[in-house]
Amino acid sequence: MGLKIKHFVIFITFLSVGCQRHPQQLTKVEASRITVSDSIIGNDSITFFIAPYKKRIDAVLDSTLAYVPKDLVKNDGERNTSAGNFLADAILEQANPIFTSRTGKQIDFVVLNHGGIRSIISKGNVNARTAYQFMPFENTIVVVEMSGTSVKDLFTFLANSGRAHPVANTKLIVEGSNTFTKMEINGKPFDENQTYFVATNDYLVQGGDDMGFFKNRSGITNLDYLVRNAIIDYFKKMDTITANVDDRFIQIP
Amino acid sequence: MKRRSFITKTTATGAFLGLAGMQLGSCKPNGTKKITILHTNDVHSHIDPFPSDHARYANLGGLARRANLVTQLRRENPNTLLFDAGDIFQGTPYFNFYGGELEFKLMSLLKYDAATIGNHDFDNGIDGLYAQTPHAKFELLSANYDFKNTVMDGVVKPYKIFTVDGVKVGVYGLGIALDGLVTPKLYKETKYEDPYEVALDMERILKEDEGCDLIICLSHLGYDYEGNPNRPDDVRLASATYHTNLIIGGHTHTFLDKPDVRTNAVGKPVLVNQVGCYGLHLGKIDFYFDKQNNSNTEGVSIQI
Repeated sequence: MGLKIKHFVIFITFLSVGCQRHPQQLTKVEASRITVSDSIIGNDSITFFIAPYKKRIDAVLDSTLAYVPKDLVKNDGERNTSAGNFLADAILEQANPIFTSRTGKQIDFVVLNHGGIRSIISKGNVNARTAYQFMPFENTIVVVEMSGTSVKDLFTFLANSGRAHPVANTKLIVEGSNTFTKMEINGKPFDENQTYFVATNDYLVQGGDDMGFFKNRSGITNLDYLVRNAIIDYFKKMDTITANVDDRFIQIP
Repeated sequence: MKRRSFITKTTATGAFLGLAGMQLGSCKPNGTKKITILHTNDVHSHIDPFPSDHARYANLGGLARRANLVTQLRRENPNTLLFDAGDIFQGTPYFNFYGGELEFKLMSLLKYDAATIGNHDFDNGIDGLYAQTPHAKFELLSANYDFKNTVMDGVVKPYKIFTVDGVKVGVYGLGIALDGLVTPKLYKETKYEDPYEVALDMERILKEDEGCDLIICLSHLGYDYEGNPNRPDDVRLASATYHTNLIIGGHTHTFLDKPDVRTNAVGKPVLVNQVGCYGLHLGKIDFYFDKQNNSNTEGVSIQI
């Protein structure tokens, strides 16, 4: 028995010495890109492995949370839209209690970007999947402290943007490009000497969508609350979701 | 983070595996060897194929299909390595629900060999990434993230050497600057180091100290920022290197239909490749080798 093992060791040693690893010289390279299309059949055991994960997601995302009696769309108004008003109102409703509990202060108004709305919401039952489609990004709600002057710059930017950026808790009438004939925030006339707390998202605060006016901020509170989760929580809270084009921002040519 | 056993070369099993390897090829006279590199990047939790009504990527992608494709390609050439260049996480509810667990488990089932870390892999924080590492049976490689003061210390290696059919393949990872992309409270004390300097260190170690025959960089820097000095990219990395043969890129979701052939610091070709995102495509690059004294020419024939 011992002898056999010894032989075996000698045999390996002999081969190892006789056949070292040679450095290799690269001589040729070929490359291709293969598209993963439906011509490739899926592996059943992988599909089976994914199934329970998928089933739970589908169950959570597809259970009805609320009812929307009328389509919420991005283009039914000039300076405010049903989809934008729904989003801005939902954020005000959901974020204000959190902001108040952390700081003792109130959110004065909300401003977001029109481009951040990624789909319409069709009338009928809505669920968490609706919220993922409407807001796929992982943006969080942020409250920015701004001077009255900066707020006025913000409204002027909105009036000249050519888009219906969502706002909530305002009543604004602008004639032409920068003559504001009505400016109310949180039910009170605008005061240029006052400080305002503006809820928005972290993307815009970092200068996204060219909203550079957030550079002139004096304070910032990240609520660590995803915009999407606020929408889902709003769906759960409200049985029926209605939003219409209204008088929160009107522009008269 | 266990290596697959047939590539692992520990001292305990080295002699036996070495014997098998020699019979298969390394002792074969005048043998040409072929190493196949398969790669993905920026899959972003896209586990299911895109639905048939998707505006841009209808019926494309899907992990189950990629699994069969990779199996078929490994059958054609068992001397195959499979890599990912980062941003494995974030993009579908699979990540929101399970934090990357399914992504890592599936990549392990597909027998990925290594991946580097993308900025979105920090989206649940460095603790969230660390929590998923037990599910990764492949190496996480990053040479320019210093994780010393984080939970990831010791979990991530700067490089890894795979010996495939007697060919030593050295692979190192590079990550993008996190400041401005990821909030500091997510990446915590992770320190970003200059990727160009680190790359030169890595390839020198892999070439001169370790004697690698093929050197691959898994990069999440991005393809080409057109010379912006504040944003290192793969094309400038390529021209600065001496020994790297292939840079597998990510981050910019760049759809290259074939690798970009660049010239390195000593006038030799280096490939830069990236296959878009979401697992829509699989990159495949075949490297052919001859024993050094067999090849009568210095040149490399690049047929792409």
